[in-house]
Amino acid sequence: MLTYTVKRVVGTVPVLLLITLLVFGLLQLAPGDPADILLPEEATHEDIAEARARWGLDKPFHEQYLTFLASAVQGDFGESFRYKESVTELLVQRFPATLELTFFATLFAVLIGVPLGVWAGARPNSWVDNFGSVFGFFGISMPSFWMGIMLILVVSGYFNLLPSAGRETYGVAGATITGFYTVDSLIEGNWKGFVDALSYIVMPAATLGVNMLGILMRVTRSAILDVTHEEFVTTARAKGLSGQVVLWRHIVRNALITIITVVGLELGTLLSGSIIVETVFAWPGIGNLLINGLGTRDYPLITGVVLAYTVLFVTVNFLIDISYGAIDPRIRFD
Amino acid sequence: MKVKICLGGAVVALLISVGVLAPVITPYDPNQQDLLAALQAPDYFAGKFFLGTDHVGRDILSRIIYGARISLVIASTVVLVSGIVGVGFGAISGYFGGRTDFAIQKAVEVVWAFPPLLLAIAILAFMGQGLGILIIALVAQRWIPYCRVARGQTLSLRARDFVTAARSLGASHGRIIGRHILPNLLQAAIVIGTFAMASAIISEASLSFLGLGVPPEIPTWGSMLADGREHISTSWWLALFPGLCIFMTVLGINLLGDGLRDILDPRLKRASSGVT
Repeated sequence: MLTYTVKRVVGTVPVLLLITLLVFGLLQLAPGDPADILLPEEATHEDIAEARARWGLDKPFHEQYLTFLASAVQGDFGESFRYKESVTELLVQRFPATLELTFFATLFAVLIGVPLGVWAGARPNSWVDNFGSVFGFFGISMPSFWMGIMLILVVSGYFNLLPSAGRETYGVAGATITGFYTVDSLIEGNWKGFVDALSYIVMPAATLGVNMLGILMRVTRSAILDVTHEEFVTTARAKGLSGQVVLWRHIVRNALITIITVVGLELGTLLSGSIIVETVFAWPGIGNLLINGLGTRDYPLITGVVLAYTVLFVTVNFLIDISYGAIDPRIRFD
Repeated sequence: MKVKICLGGAVVALLISVGVLAPVITPYDPNQQDLLAALQAPDYFAGKFFLGTDHVGRDILSRIIYGARISLVIASTVVLVSGIVGVGFGAISGYFGGRTDFAIQKAVEVVWAFPPLLLAIAILAFMGQGLGILIIALVAQRWIPYCRVARGQTLSLRARDFVTAARSLGASHGRIIGRHILPNLLQAAIVIGTFAMASAIISEASLSFLGLGVPPEIPTWGSMLADGREHISTSWWLALFPGLCIFMTVLGINLLGDGLRDILDPRLKRASSGVT
């Protein structure tokens, strides 16, 4: 296990290096010279030449890349054109919001999708199965941004049940400890703040999680059906175990590896989906930061956010990969 | 299975018909503005505007019909180009093996390491907007599922007797790949393509919604939703109809793809679910 983990970590390094090279290459394709964008309009040719030399823009591609890489490794992506703040600080401030949203979206998808999939898989061709199948198709086909807009229109607009934008009601949340408002309010024992944070996250999380819910429901159903036909299930039934014990202790447990694999794969989709959902609900995460940066061609910010998302995605995939052994002891990595 | 194919096929047929016949069946020019008729509610029976108008008085129905055309053109081009690139690289990777395989698979690994849609956003952010760049951005990751499946199948095909026979008859590598291997990869590519079509439509709409899609003068379902966002509290039809079209189209294509997969190759269940 340890050897496998080390091998995977070592194998990830060249991929991350190539990712930085790709992002840096794309950055070079951006129209316009950064010096032209950053300097005031009245800057002379000499000013521009001096700025280009100061920022190393006159150096060859490989030298510029190595400088960029050295800074990126230290978490330094420069200063945002728009916010006039360090990109790293902006990422640190906004990251918890995106992670909290992704966590609740996953929770929403798992808590509804998995039981529904188990239920449908345990009763193939029943009304539950048919309902689950339709529900699953609706889930995977739903454009998240449209669902978000419709939820705002109906739940916030017509019924005024939940807030439509932002992350907290001003003055209700307490001090920021972890940056996860639900956790912070619980640590402080601020129940009002907790309910407030939950009320803000329900709609964005449901919107973000709906596709994953559909996929999980379908995958769980199919995994349950696959395992049901295994010989050990027949043996368990022959031993006289009750239907529920066979289902939950033998079938669901063995289907878990497939379900967890899909949850891991879909986390990446959730991360990029959060860019759109954060835009719809004005959720102050890094997705929203990226979209704000796009409007002003804030290249340091865009580069920082793209790399942050990608490193997070690679890390999640890595963790999912090495967690298989813990979930299913039959899996050995050597 | 038949129900899925019939329902999905009907939606796709409707989409194609509407897209092709757009100039004939639209009541108005999709970009024609009439400020005096701005934000008119749908009038299904007697009104001038069946699905209402937007904030500058453009007819929603006409824009939706033209939007179908744009979605269809972009999604089909993306699927076709992704298929050609993915199957081509996959076949080369699997057939030659060694360093070629290593280089192509490394590229696959790197491109696949980006969360879906993020690479497209980065490409559009850095390279600017336009129809061509949008297609490149959407293809950037979408060729990977084709490549992986094609590589896997080629690895098995290259050891088969008919390939050995072709080689012993003196056929060149290009001929073996083109004439003997590629035709055997088409079935899987078609199944992946149907699912990729649905994801391409959603991705294009998502990028248009974020303001990164095609230029503003071209009506798309995603940009209609983005344009209507500011007015939805008073004009619900601006959000409902374009979104419903995206949803129904993607649902139809997914149903068709699912039905086709069941018929053509049930083993592709996992390989085809990829980029969104």
